[in-house]
Amino acid sequence: MTLTLDTPQLVKTQPLLVARNVSKSYGAVHALRDVSAVVYPGEVLGIVGESGSGKSTFLRCLNLEETPDSGSYTLDLPDVQGNLFDLDRYARRMLCATRIGIVYQNPHLGLLMHHSSSGNVAERLLVAGERRFAVLRDKASAALDASEFPLDRMDAPPVELSGGMQQRVQLAKAIALEPALLLLDEPTTGLDVSVQALVLDTLKRLQQDRRITMVIVSHDLGVIRTLSDRVMVMRRGQVVETGLADQVFQDPQHAYTQQLVHAKL
Amino acid sequence: MTMILDVRSLSKGFTMHHLSTTMAAFDDVSFSLHAGEFLLLKGRNGAGKSTLLRTLYRSYLAASGQILFHASHGVIDLARAADVDVTYLRRTEIGFVTQFLTPRPRVSAEALVAEPLRLAGIAAPDALDQARHWLNAFGVKPALWPAYPTTFSGGEQQKVNLARALILPQRLLLLDEPTASLDVSARAALIARLAELKAAGTAMIGVFHHPGDVAELIDRTLDLTPAPIQQKDRADVVV
Repeated sequence: MTLTLDTPQLVKTQPLLVARNVSKSYGAVHALRDVSAVVYPGEVLGIVGESGSGKSTFLRCLNLEETPDSGSYTLDLPDVQGNLFDLDRYARRMLCATRIGIVYQNPHLGLLMHHSSSGNVAERLLVAGERRFAVLRDKASAALDASEFPLDRMDAPPVELSGGMQQRVQLAKAIALEPALLLLDEPTTGLDVSVQALVLDTLKRLQQDRRITMVIVSHDLGVIRTLSDRVMVMRRGQVVETGLADQVFQDPQHAYTQQLVHAKL
Repeated sequence: MTMILDVRSLSKGFTMHHLSTTMAAFDDVSFSLHAGEFLLLKGRNGAGKSTLLRTLYRSYLAASGQILFHASHGVIDLARAADVDVTYLRRTEIGFVTQFLTPRPRVSAEALVAEPLRLAGIAAPDALDQARHWLNAFGVKPALWPAYPTTFSGGEQQKVNLARALILPQRLLLLDEPTASLDVSARAALIARLAELKAAGTAMIGVFHHPGDVAELIDRTLDLTPAPIQQKDRADVVV
């Protein structure tokens, strides 16, 4: 079943994110084949699929780290126009620094491990043009606080922190500028269950209090089910099914989704 | 009377790819429901009562037929509506009461109950006040309000579940055996709340193990037991 871009009847708002027919190959390997997705403001889209299904590649495209071979990507934001894949490097960097936040599975990709945690968050604010020290410090500590990071450790470098704490610093950095879109790539993988619950709870709270639009990639169906309004199932670079989260998990239509759901403990 | 739901020739089956088969759940169901009406679903185990409720809520996808929901802003076919419309309606006009609570790690009972109000845009202190009111009404002890329901008993979890599910008045309420595992006083509180919502115009469709619990609320019943196969239709009987 391919994704249908259903036109809503009751909800009149425009989708925030529209990606259409995104394809990407690495040599003979088709990492993404005609992947399309629509996300409305305040909505959380979960992407599931086995390793190599293309879900992380798609997320990297949404974060403008990858340029696909074809396809389009638009965000409905003031001053943001056209296909974002056509932007030059500088425009991409500015857009990502100011409007899109990302949390990687591997904190090394998102953080400067030997700089202070508050400095990591402040760096994001500096890129956006903030130069006043007091404002930088206040905003960084507010973001760390919202991510439930203990403020007495804000000067510690991430290298000295546990995995769960490092994820919180990444989250603080990602939300420091109130992004329009938050991308999460396996945010809880590798964390033990109690820390995983803390991170999930923080994300749920951000969702409720700030209505941040999120796209979350995980192979953990429990995480996806807890956080997502809608779910997109990927396999071998293609979307096999999308639907409301409870519908995809309770009444999966595609043979692969049925296999995936039945394999869960 | 205001029409709320108009279900036409609705059918549902489950395709099981690993068995290469489709199992029918119910077939060609039609009914309508008005504001303030209570419809009881009847039928033996496996007749498709809970499946029908879940299909109306869109947790299950209908195989064919229409579910015309008269929302406050217009009529929409829930069998085919865009996901984002269904999410919006679930947040504002359609409620589902199950017999199980889905507690989330590290979320208190009162926060869980207040959540539907928070999502509807009500400020945190007001939402929390109302949550405490309903936890009290369903007989959850105040000491448990800030605790995590993960470790509550089945009965206590169910009270939290009901407080959460019934805190926000809805246009349509789907009830899947909500009286299971409830003690007498909680059952009385549930029936009082349902009567109050019904009087205010909420339309309800329910499945109950013991329909006697809600006898005074029932306006109509719909029997989902398939009609017995007529002799003349049976291929294995030589007439």
